[in-house]
Amino acid sequence: MAYSEKVLDHYENPRNVGRLDDDDANVGTGMVGAPACGDVMRLQIRVDGDGVIEDAKFKTYGCGSAIASSSLLTEWVKGRSLDDATRIRNKDIADELGLPPVKIHCSVLAEDAIKAAIADVRKKQEQAE
Amino acid sequence: MQYPIYLDYAATTPVDPRVASAMAECLTIEANFGNPASRSHQFGWKAEEAVENARRNVADLVNCDPREIVWTSGATEADNLALKGAAHFYRRKGRHIVTSRIEHKAVLDSCRQLEREGYEVTYLDPDSNGLISPQAVEQALRPDTILVSLMHVNNEIGVINDIEAIGEVTRRRKVVFHVDAAQSAGKLEIDLERMQVDLMSFTAHKIYGPKGIGALYVRRKPRVRIEPQIHGGGHERGMRSGTLATHQIVGMGEAYRIAREEMHEEARRTLALREQLLRGLEDVEEVYVNGDLTRRAPGNLNISFNFVEGESLMMALRELALSSGSACTSASLEPSYVLRALGRNDELAHSSLRISIGRFTTAEDIDYAIERIRHAVAKLRELSPLWDMYKDGVDLDQVQWAAH
Repeated sequence: MAYSEKVLDHYENPRNVGRLDDDDANVGTGMVGAPACGDVMRLQIRVDGDGVIEDAKFKTYGCGSAIASSSLLTEWVKGRSLDDATRIRNKDIADELGLPPVKIHCSVLAEDAIKAAIADVRKKQEQAE
Repeated sequence: MQYPIYLDYAATTPVDPRVASAMAECLTIEANFGNPASRSHQFGWKAEEAVENARRNVADLVNCDPREIVWTSGATEADNLALKGAAHFYRRKGRHIVTSRIEHKAVLDSCRQLEREGYEVTYLDPDSNGLISPQAVEQALRPDTILVSLMHVNNEIGVINDIEAIGEVTRRRKVVFHVDAAQSAGKLEIDLERMQVDLMSFTAHKIYGPKGIGALYVRRKPRVRIEPQIHGGGHERGMRSGTLATHQIVGMGEAYRIAREEMHEEARRTLALREQLLRGLEDVEEVYVNGDLTRRAPGNLNISFNFVEGESLMMALRELALSSGSACTSASLEPSYVLRALGRNDELAHSSLRISIGRFTTAEDIDYAIERIRHAVAKLRELSPLWDMYKDGVDLDQVQWAAH
C-alpha cells in the first residue's frame, strides 16, 4: 500500500511520544482499541488551570496510519480548550493525512481516544471539587 | 547492495537466467514455436519433443514415470483438478474428504466448492507446531472417505508434514491421497516410488521457473482416476485440455532439471543463511518462532515480535521485501488463519513476519536484514502502549479492551 507523505512523516518522526503521570489530577488518559484488532491507542492530555490543554502525549500499537493519526492529534490538541478539542472529528484527521477508505478506522480510533481522554480529565476534576 | 532486498522467495522467485534462455528458444519464427499437438510436420514434432523432454525432467526430480505428469497452469489449477477431479470420479464410493485448516486457499476453496456440491469435509487442526500427524488423519477417516488432501510444506510457516507416514495410512485404508508440493518440490527430496501419494501438485515459479505453469502427478500403479475439469481437444490423456504452452513447459522442465542437480547444495546454503538470521534475532525480547524449527523447509523463517503490529513493522522495513501475517487492510483486520490455527493469539499473529530465503540471497543481505529488523522492533516498541504495559508487569489478557 502506498502511504501519503504526511503519514510517512508522522510515522518516521512521531510527535509527542511518551506518557504523562496518570496520578496527576490534571492528566486525562484515553486508551482505546484492542490488541486483537491490531490497534491500541493511548492518548494523554494535561490541562492547566484555565482548562487549556498544555501538553499531550501518545503511544500507539498499530499500523502506520494509526500511529500518524494519533501523532497528528497530539499536535492539534495542544493549546486548545477541552471544549474546543471535543470538536475535532475523525474526518479532519483523515483528510489532513489523506487516509484511504480502508484506513478511516484509524482516524475514528483517534477521535475516540481524545474524547476518552477529555472525559477522563473532566471526571477527575469533578471528583477533586 | 540493491534495495529493497528480496526476502519473499516463498511468494515467488525470479526466473533463473538459464531457464529464461531455454524459454526464449520456443517463441519466434526461427525458434521452436510449433504446436506440440501438430502431428503432420516437423514444427509440431520438435515442439512435442521439447515438451516430452521437460516432462522427463519434472518426473526425474520426483522419481516418477513421465506419463504420470499432467501439465496445468500452476499449482492452483493442479489442486483444483486433483480435488474436484478425484471427488467427482469417486463420488459413488463416498462423499467425505479430509484436509487441514492450514492448507493453501486453492485447496480450502476447492473444498468449499465441493461442500456446496454436497460433499462433507473434515478440517484437521494442526498441532501447535503446525504439523498434521498420521494418527490424526487415521482418526478422521470414515468408511465413506474418498480423499485426503494435505500440503507437504506449509507456505507460511515452512513446516514439513510426514507425507510418507500419512501415505501408509491412506494406502492401507484405500483412500486417495493428494499432496500440494508447491513449496517443497526442488527444495526437499520427493521420491514418489517410496511415498504412497496418488496425486501431487507442482508449480514452476517457486523454484526459479516461470509463472503460469505447473503440473499434477497422477499415479498409474495403483491407478488413480480423475474427472477432467477443463474440456477440449483431449490433451494430456484427456485429463487437461488446452494447447500446451511450449515455452512455459520448457521453462518448468529446465527449472526442475537445475533443481535436481543443485538442490542439496542449495538447501545447505539457504539453511545456513536461515540459521544466521535466527541467531541474529533470537535474543530480542519476546520473540516467537512460529512452526516447528526442525521439521522445516530450509529457506523459511516465520517469527513474531510481541507488542509490535505487523503492518507498521513492514512499513519500517521498506528496504526489505517480505510478508506479514497481518492483513490490516480491511475493516475486519484479519490476522493469518494459519497462525491462528496454531493457537497463536491475535497479537502474535498480527506481529508476524515471514522471511523466505533463496538462490540469490547473500550473507550480507541477512546481516542487513537483522540490523533493520532489530532497529524497527526497538523503535515500534518505544511507540507501543502494550510494551509499556508489559514492562510494568500488566497481564494483557486480563485487561478489558474496548473492542471496536
